[in-house]
Amino acid sequence: MNIKESHLTKDQHLHVYKLMISCRAIDKRVWMLNRQGKAAIVASAQGHESAQIASAFALEIGKDVFFTYYRDLGVLISLGLSFIDILQGFTAKSGEPMSGSRQFPTHGAIPDKKLINLSNVVGTQIPQAVGAALSAKIKGTDDIVIVYFGDGASSAGDCHEGMNFASIHKLPIIFFCENNGFAISVPLNQQMANDNVASRAQGYGFPGITIDGNDVNLVYETTKLAAIRARNGEGPTLIETKTNRFLPHTSDDDHSRYRNLDELSNKEDPIEIYKMFLIDNKLLTNDMDETLISQINQEVDSATEYVESLPYPNIDTFYSHIYKTDE
Amino acid sequence: MYEELKRDSDIVILGEDIGNRGGVFLATDGFIDEFGAQRIIDTPLAESSIAGIALGAALNGIRPIAEIQFADFIWPAINQIVGEASKVHYGTFGQLNAPIVIRTPFGGGVKGGLYHSQSIEVIFSHTPGLKVVIPSTPYDAKGLLKSAIRDDNPVIFLEHKHTYRSVKGEVPNTNYTIPIGKADVKIKGDDLTIISYGLMVRYCIEVAISMKTQGINLEVIDLRTLRPLDVTTLVESVKKTGKCLVVQEDTQAYGIGAEVASCIADLAFEYLDGPVKRLSGPEVPPMPFSPSLEDEFMLNEEKIETAVKALLDY
Repeated sequence: MNIKESHLTKDQHLHVYKLMISCRAIDKRVWMLNRQGKAAIVASAQGHESAQIASAFALEIGKDVFFTYYRDLGVLISLGLSFIDILQGFTAKSGEPMSGSRQFPTHGAIPDKKLINLSNVVGTQIPQAVGAALSAKIKGTDDIVIVYFGDGASSAGDCHEGMNFASIHKLPIIFFCENNGFAISVPLNQQMANDNVASRAQGYGFPGITIDGNDVNLVYETTKLAAIRARNGEGPTLIETKTNRFLPHTSDDDHSRYRNLDELSNKEDPIEIYKMFLIDNKLLTNDMDETLISQINQEVDSATEYVESLPYPNIDTFYSHIYKTDE
Repeated sequence: MYEELKRDSDIVILGEDIGNRGGVFLATDGFIDEFGAQRIIDTPLAESSIAGIALGAALNGIRPIAEIQFADFIWPAINQIVGEASKVHYGTFGQLNAPIVIRTPFGGGVKGGLYHSQSIEVIFSHTPGLKVVIPSTPYDAKGLLKSAIRDDNPVIFLEHKHTYRSVKGEVPNTNYTIPIGKADVKIKGDDLTIISYGLMVRYCIEVAISMKTQGINLEVIDLRTLRPLDVTTLVESVKKTGKCLVVQEDTQAYGIGAEVASCIADLAFEYLDGPVKRLSGPEVPPMPFSPSLEDEFMLNEEKIETAVKALLDY
């Protein structure tokens, strides 16, 4: 694609690229920490960065509501979580912003960023996101809601119930499915008879589209269009991005048991693809790239050092916030 | 609910048939004409999403009251209620809360068979983060419902469907509330404490009135809230009477009575003159349809009086 055809400015392109590099860097770091015994469980976003970051960038951060799932590190980075915030979550340290380390990393909420990820039960976030969109419609705001989920979640009853309701009431919501072809080990052809997830939207009466999740510009534009639809009261859209999960389901999984690793190693890396686009369009040079990566790695290092020095949460708040009271 | 909907425009009701039909038990009769279809929403037949959508709406500025048409249908919604809603506040370190009310008619004695008669209170009462409210009189129902609606936490509001018609009482037009977490001594007495909730409270009161003519003074306590349990009121009563019978329509094993009995045995042990007994529904799926079978299942005043006398004799 030629830069003139893209809807992002030069600065925006570089911003998105930096987010993707940052996501990859912190992702690699938390894997390392897991292997060192310092992070109990990690679900990697490697391979998903373009889908997550380009879509988040198409919305209005701080205004629109983001319902994420356990793999959405790229969305968290896009919303402005710092390396320290993320490391606190994976190492379960004190001061972790989403749940006070009461939950798995990436779970909890940050109300200022309108980020909600209540649980790691697959698919439950979908009706919840629909409810949030219902609220936005009733209150007459022009906030929209995006809910992220994987191909596995698209089988859950909650997914269908949520989509149905959103369609009936033309709610301002984007259903964003990151289809990496695996629900842990269960491949797509055992998850559904359809070739893709997007065709289900037609069953509920709204548009669905399948796109290449590795194409930053395409993901951005598609999400932007869906956001415009939602804000105009035209109702939901289902965006399905075909993407690849480079690592096992989580740090507790061994995907050599069910995946062809040669085939996996031939999959294209969205970061490499985007880097080529930027270089071809003279927005980036190899030197700039090296400098950027080096700077980010340094930031990751100093964030890691700091977080490793933090204590675990104090038990004097163990019983806090079970119920909301007036105090 | 009508008064609350007028008071607070953020309150929205959703559920099956609650709109044009006014609810199968007419709980929301006339509401859609008064408040409009945007606030009174007829949902598809999908209980999990009724609860899940209510939860999500509550996280983004609305105060929803979700109705599950019969408690027997609440099982698909357990994930969203017990698995998700109860943990919102704790799991976000206090940053979010879920001000939802889930109302549902439960209980039998209405020829409801296995799927319109169930008691489902136990699983919610077991769950930290939920509150469970269960009025037995119209006066209590109004005050507790207002409290439930105004509470910033998820409240399960259980209405015994038999009592919709069978229990009548005065309900003031005033804007009163009854605090969640307080049991109510419906009848004072010294000889034995009966603890109950729902429809059974009515039967226990009748038994108390009848036995008073025999010179026996029963103290009848209506739990009104199952979680948090008002253990203080229960213990105070048992300290006075020395004997305690828990009466529940639900089956016995692992039920509300098990928790009540355990608390009393723990906290009032030295005051007890006999074991804490539970009179419950039989260990049979609640409850079979044919009248002879349903009568066998259901407790009644006679069965309660027999149990009281046996414990008094201990």
